[in-house]
Amino acid sequence: MASAFEYAPAPESRSVVDIAPSYGLFIDGEFTEAAEGKVFKTVSPSSEEVLSEVARAGAADVDRAVKAARKAFEKWSALPGSERAKYLFRIARIIQERSRELAVLETLDNGKPIKETRDADLPLVAAHFFYYAGWADKLDHAGYGANPRPLGVAGQVIPWNFPLLMLAWKIAPALATGNTVVLKPAETTPLSALFFADICRQAGLPKGVVNILTGYGDAGEALVSHPDVDKVAFTGSTAVGKAIARSVAGTDKKVTLELGGKGANIVFDDAPIDQAVEGIVTGIFFNQGQVCCAGSRLLVQESVQDEVLDALKRRLSTLRLGDPLDKNTDIGAINSSEQLARITSLVETGEAEGAERWSAPCELPSSGYWFAPTLFTNVTQAHTVARDEIFGPVLSVLSFRTPDEAVAKANNSQYGLSAGIWTEKGSRILAVANKLRAGVVWANTFNKFDPTSPFGGYKESGYGREGGRHGLEAYLDV
Amino acid sequence: MPTTAPAFSDATASDSALRRFLFGLPGVDAVGLEARAASLGTRSIKTTAKAYAIDLAISMIDLTTLEGADTPGKVRALAAKAVNPDPTDRTTPRTAAVCVYPDMAATAAAALAGSGVKVASVATAFPAGRAALDVKLADVRDAVAAGADEIDMVIDRGAFLSGRFLKVYEEILAVKAECGAARLKVIFETGELSTYDNIRRASWIGMLAGADFIKTSTGKVATNATPANTLLMLEAVRDFRAQTGVQIGVKPAGGIRTTKDAVKFLVLVNETAGEDWLDPHWFRFGASSLLNDLLMQRQKLSTGRYSGPDYVTVD
Repeated sequence: MASAFEYAPAPESRSVVDIAPSYGLFIDGEFTEAAEGKVFKTVSPSSEEVLSEVARAGAADVDRAVKAARKAFEKWSALPGSERAKYLFRIARIIQERSRELAVLETLDNGKPIKETRDADLPLVAAHFFYYAGWADKLDHAGYGANPRPLGVAGQVIPWNFPLLMLAWKIAPALATGNTVVLKPAETTPLSALFFADICRQAGLPKGVVNILTGYGDAGEALVSHPDVDKVAFTGSTAVGKAIARSVAGTDKKVTLELGGKGANIVFDDAPIDQAVEGIVTGIFFNQGQVCCAGSRLLVQESVQDEVLDALKRRLSTLRLGDPLDKNTDIGAINSSEQLARITSLVETGEAEGAERWSAPCELPSSGYWFAPTLFTNVTQAHTVARDEIFGPVLSVLSFRTPDEAVAKANNSQYGLSAGIWTEKGSRILAVANKLRAGVVWANTFNKFDPTSPFGGYKESGYGREGGRHGLEAYLDV
Repeated sequence: MPTTAPAFSDATASDSALRRFLFGLPGVDAVGLEARAASLGTRSIKTTAKAYAIDLAISMIDLTTLEGADTPGKVRALAAKAVNPDPTDRTTPRTAAVCVYPDMAATAAAALAGSGVKVASVATAFPAGRAALDVKLADVRDAVAAGADEIDMVIDRGAFLSGRFLKVYEEILAVKAECGAARLKVIFETGELSTYDNIRRASWIGMLAGADFIKTSTGKVATNATPANTLLMLEAVRDFRAQTGVQIGVKPAGGIRTTKDAVKFLVLVNETAGEDWLDPHWFRFGASSLLNDLLMQRQKLSTGRYSGPDYVTVD
């Protein structure tokens, strides 16, 4: 796409972040090697450059971390809420102060554009800690009666798509309510959680209140099935979520699961078309579509289908894919070669089943993991690409004729996490939103997050809510 | 006599037909529009791209003086600046036009003769437009006779806001007929139209009536050009060309004072209407103080240091 107005490279400086060649596990306030001495490498998905080597936790490390958290729980839960709030406010402020560094780090380790880490991830991370800091001394007024009690030790397992934000969603409410935590970040994105461990030390957080175990699925499994864990919180795939639900069945562990999705983004013929197109783009191409609540199914009313698709293709042709550290990059790298393989295979299935593929004309870098923004037309409810979560920059376009049909098709999914409604008619927004079986329904916008708003799913998208007052319940014995 | 683009001849057959057409246009979600404009405002334009943008912006300026205190001397000084914006660097591009009141058009034309810089004159009882049609048309004739290459008219906002859309349309047609070879810029005074839906409807009235440019504002009210209203008008000209093949220019005016602002508008042009509009024939800035900031930034790029306001001319 040679243009007269060619934007010169505008890379954010890497020098603001100092990544050590190796990191240990963060247990009881100290960085320590894994008991078995195992390590693994974390790479930058945009270049395949090795960023660091981190300790790989095993069952013994999980046990040590849970013991540390148990020990810390007694004092931490006995602190007045106003004292816990001070720590959380301090953490929130340090995150703000170090936001440039953390944004660059997250972009390097995850592959998402600096524009997103800078303008979305990091502001939301800080906001989440500020929000729950405010709750810590007001739990008596949260609607659960006087003096609601924490659960104890929370075992938390988070995904790689929003590493630091998902950490914030897990740790902030847990600490505000008086729990202590052992958190395992995803194996492809361990670094921001380790930097967060450093922030906990900087904030003077008592030892053992937050423990970070980097590692693979075996460590996550050991964590959620550890007998001394009182609360399990997981965000990730539906398959792993089901396994966790099975492993905790019959125990008294409290569980929240935030799993997959296949969000319907419904565009009615009276929609603000230009803004709807922006919303479709935000819905499925934000974070390369690696978003559980992505609007991966576009349901567009037949009478405006051609107009919307033309506008959408024109818009996708302007997306800038490339170096995630460049401030003008809209689309970054896919997080891992495994994820890229999964996306590629599902797209091949889509083509084989007869859906019509269109990909934005953009040049993919030669190293790293990349996938061009893609959409499928001629998709029906029977196509795999309309049913399975792809977790990549791939949009399936389906059409509908009436509002009832839109609702029926939107709800015809094993998932129920998010949905979007685009119409200028307010009464239609309310009527349709009431009928959608989705935890989050956006009207004339998409992928907007706020710590005050509860988030969670129906059906195979999981259970429990994170965020807002509702998010407290998951960490209280109520 | 210019006529409506054939694809839309039914739309302007009657007041009610025009109303139906305008109210059939997709609505504008204000939050989404402003979010998109703000997001394009975060583009980081550096080094070679910045140099390109600065020169392009200079070449797109309608260097403007619209004051009761305007004199021939002031207009001549402005004309000299338009032709030679930076006396220390002759590679600096000329501005697109000098924009004045009709009684100063002859002075501007004489000063700019042979320079390639156009004479733009406001007309139609600018800025309020509250005069009889005959008076407005006489104003236009006057400006054209005095040598104006471009006429910047104002629409009748009173008629628009009271729903008499055909009156607005017909007035533009009548003005266009008086323009002859002069290109017509139609000013909506977006700050008075108030809603984005209104701005989209006004844009379509202007385009249907044969405007060569659609222009945000007079610079005489509180809210003038903004990234969001300009983005909306760029969408309108983009859609109009897609449907009719006719390309129409856009001119944000008022309130654009810094290089940073101007570059943001050029990004809007580039990523909304596309590079066909990255040309002084199709995009203009109605501005006065903007030029000196562009010149200072241009000097900074070529010398590596800031020169300061004493190194650009005050007119």
